[in-house]
Amino acid sequence: MLDFITLISKWAIPGVIVFIILLSFYKGIDVYDVFTTGALEGVSVGLQILPCLIAMLMAISIFRSSGALDLLLNFIAPLLKKLGIPEQIIPLGLIRPLSGMGSLAIVTDIINNFGPDSFLGKLASTLQGSTETTFYVATVYFGAVKIKKTRHAILAGLIADLAGFLAAVFICQLVFN
Amino acid sequence: MLNIIWVIMIFSGFIVAAVNGRMEELSTAILESGEESVMMVIKLIGPMSLWLGIMKLAEETGLVKILAKLFRPVAKLLFPKIPEDNPALGSIMMNFSANLLGLGNSATPLGIKAMHQLQELNDNSETASDAMCTFLVINTSSLTLIPSTILALRVSANSNQITSIIGTTLVATCCSTIVGVIVNKFLIKIELMSNA
Repeated sequence: MLDFITLISKWAIPGVIVFIILLSFYKGIDVYDVFTTGALEGVSVGLQILPCLIAMLMAISIFRSSGALDLLLNFIAPLLKKLGIPEQIIPLGLIRPLSGMGSLAIVTDIINNFGPDSFLGKLASTLQGSTETTFYVATVYFGAVKIKKTRHAILAGLIADLAGFLAAVFICQLVFN
Repeated sequence: MLNIIWVIMIFSGFIVAAVNGRMEELSTAILESGEESVMMVIKLIGPMSLWLGIMKLAEETGLVKILAKLFRPVAKLLFPKIPEDNPALGSIMMNFSANLLGLGNSATPLGIKAMHQLQELNDNSETASDAMCTFLVINTSSLTLIPSTILALRVSANSNQITSIIGTTLVATCCSTIVGVIVNKFLIKIELMSNA
């Protein structure tokens, strides 16, 4: 089953691109011209996202490098430890929605220290794989279409992250422990 | 919401840095974050331009509309306000497929394309529509069958059970997506009630 999915994911991008181009050509569309017209939009979307990304990354880097994140961590950690959540994993849960690079660094660290096949290594892998960098996705998606009022979307995203975190801890304890 | 989060993060960081005497680290980090943002956008522009070009072709051939039709049963449930056969649903479906296959670099451009199409349906172009919120939450909670980055990391760490985490990842990501979608619907209802 997994081999099959991996096979599909290897073939998906070239397959889809070749299929769409051939189909367009067959339908008599000016393929090269239409493609390049569409691709030109990518540059302007990128420029539109840039200011939003700069604002968001600046805030996140201030929050992290000042030690404010660690402070928040010290405050939450005892609470989560009481719920039976391993303490090495708690920083990962907090950084995951803020920074993809940051959380990947923590996962790498845990895997190097405890081994990829240890309980913590597997739990960290599960956590990293099971949610996205919420703030990055929100910034890029909303920034690209100039949405200023995001309503409850970020709150819902963060609640989903929390649910994913707790589910990952629970299922890993069930399966690997 | 974004306004408040932004100011809180910056101000609390500044105060903590002042107390901890970490102002120098702070100023380095601030400037580095600007550099990092540009790098991220540059990395995004390539795949984005590529997929926007392909999507333009897919639209002209009518393929996106066909995808939107295929997606209708699920779309009715998740995005009740988007008209049937709207191309936005086709893009959303392509974004979901790329996510499921662990093709993050392609999923983001397709998602942005979908956001543009959702924006065309939006009554108020500065405020996120219900459909945008739902779409965003599904993307932030991640949909994945193959966590490709993590699998690569486990390979390089000489794991003997590389794929052992796929099952657990699937369970966790399903939980987060389902909770996200339900919470999102619930918050939309609350907002409706408080506006009435």
